[in-house]
Amino acid sequence: MITLENVHKSFGSNAVLRGVNLSIPRGKSLVIIGGSGTGKSVALKCVLGLIRPDSGKITVDGQDVRTAEREAFLARFGMLFQGGALFDSMPVWQNVAFRLLRGSLKRPKSEARDIAIEKLRRVGLKPDVADKFPGELSGGMQKRVGLARAIAAEPEIIFFDEPTTGLDPIMSGVINDLIREIVVEMGATAMTITHDMTSVRAIADDVAMLHEGVIKWTGPVADMDRSGDPYLDQFIHGRATGPIEAVR
Amino acid sequence: MTKVFATIGQTVLALIASIGRVSIFIGQTLRHLVAPPFYIREFTTQLVQIGWLSLPVVGLTAFFTGGALALQIYAGGARFNAEAVVPSIVAIGMVRELGPVLGGLMVAARVASSIAAEIGTMKVTEQIDALVTLSTNPMKYLTLPRVLAATLAVPCLVAVGDAIGIFGGYLVGVNRLDFNAAAYLINTVNFLEAGDVLSGLVKGAAFGFIVATMGCYAGMNSGRGAQGVGRATKKAVVSSSVLILAANYILTEVFFSA
Repeated sequence: MITLENVHKSFGSNAVLRGVNLSIPRGKSLVIIGGSGTGKSVALKCVLGLIRPDSGKITVDGQDVRTAEREAFLARFGMLFQGGALFDSMPVWQNVAFRLLRGSLKRPKSEARDIAIEKLRRVGLKPDVADKFPGELSGGMQKRVGLARAIAAEPEIIFFDEPTTGLDPIMSGVINDLIREIVVEMGATAMTITHDMTSVRAIADDVAMLHEGVIKWTGPVADMDRSGDPYLDQFIHGRATGPIEAVR
Repeated sequence: MTKVFATIGQTVLALIASIGRVSIFIGQTLRHLVAPPFYIREFTTQLVQIGWLSLPVVGLTAFFTGGALALQIYAGGARFNAEAVVPSIVAIGMVRELGPVLGGLMVAARVASSIAAEIGTMKVTEQIDALVTLSTNPMKYLTLPRVLAATLAVPCLVAVGDAIGIFGGYLVGVNRLDFNAAAYLINTVNFLEAGDVLSGLVKGAAFGFIVATMGCYAGMNSGRGAQGVGRATKKAVVSSSVLILAANYILTEVFFSA
């Protein structure tokens, strides 16, 4: 269970998170939606400890993020970054097996390579991709490699940051299906941030709407269309008019 | 008038804050020296990148500098009938000053810029964040191997550069200035002391440390986008070059002041 209690974070005079309260039960897939600049990525990075909140408490299975032993804590997580964030100086298989080649999860190189190729196969990539460099791959293939890297060490919790941004609708559908399948198959807890409503419906068990630094609505994805919340309604239907001010 | 004092005050405060931030960065880097894991492969890769691949540019710089130095000392020495000092002054000048300083500046141009651009790009493309989520400390994985490799590689480059520079002076001395080859070599060896060479090597280590530290610091603190990385690269080269010249003066005072 991941919980955020009254989390605040400001950058200078810009208050991004203004008291976020959220909980994600173990094994559930929560998708956070909201406009650009509403603090979705900041909330996610606060959970990982990449950004330190100004106040509030974040716990993972009761363990405070601030006091947890970093390596052991982060070993529980996998993350798919928006742009893939693949290391362009190393071939694909070493990207996927990064965690398995160093640190506490280190194993022999050949075994790590075999696991990487298996994970690449799991995300629909052929073994010949393993020796290519990230720069040689298309955007969709890079996302798949990023996904393979996120699941390589079989984490309990997986974060997805805008997993379909920049992809065509068909590739977005493929990535959405893969995410859903993998999360269910691994029994992992998932937290996704996205603007893509197709992704939301494909990936989410629960949805949370973040606006102006607070959670405006949260509930099961099935209730999203009949929430009655004007913010959520405007967002999911993409209306230019409503309580969320759209800058023209 | 108040405005002038305010501007001076702000500049001084900003400078002190920068020194503080760099000092903390150095502390954070060096603390990883004693705690495993150690990324040996990253370190050896950087040794090759910073040391071996900088050899051509450092060697060429030293070669032409040695040659030009021989011509200058000959022309200047002729005013006092002191042309014979060319071999010894070329050797001392190269190993004490020009070898380490020019070598350091060439490494700053080549290595500080490349480190800052690489790490800066990694930062803006979230690769640094990705490292953290993969349970890898970026200071340990990226910064420490580069700083260590540069601190060890630059003295070696300086030693090779010294030899090439002296050889450049020798070629000009023998072929253009009609020095006897054997006499040139004997004068070079006789007037050169171990302390001269050692001081140059220590300077090289200090300059290597400065170059890699400033490259990593600028990269890690790079702004967003291409402009941010460009600024970080410029900052790395300028700050490491100025610091090399300042450190050279301080070290020269330490080694050679009476």
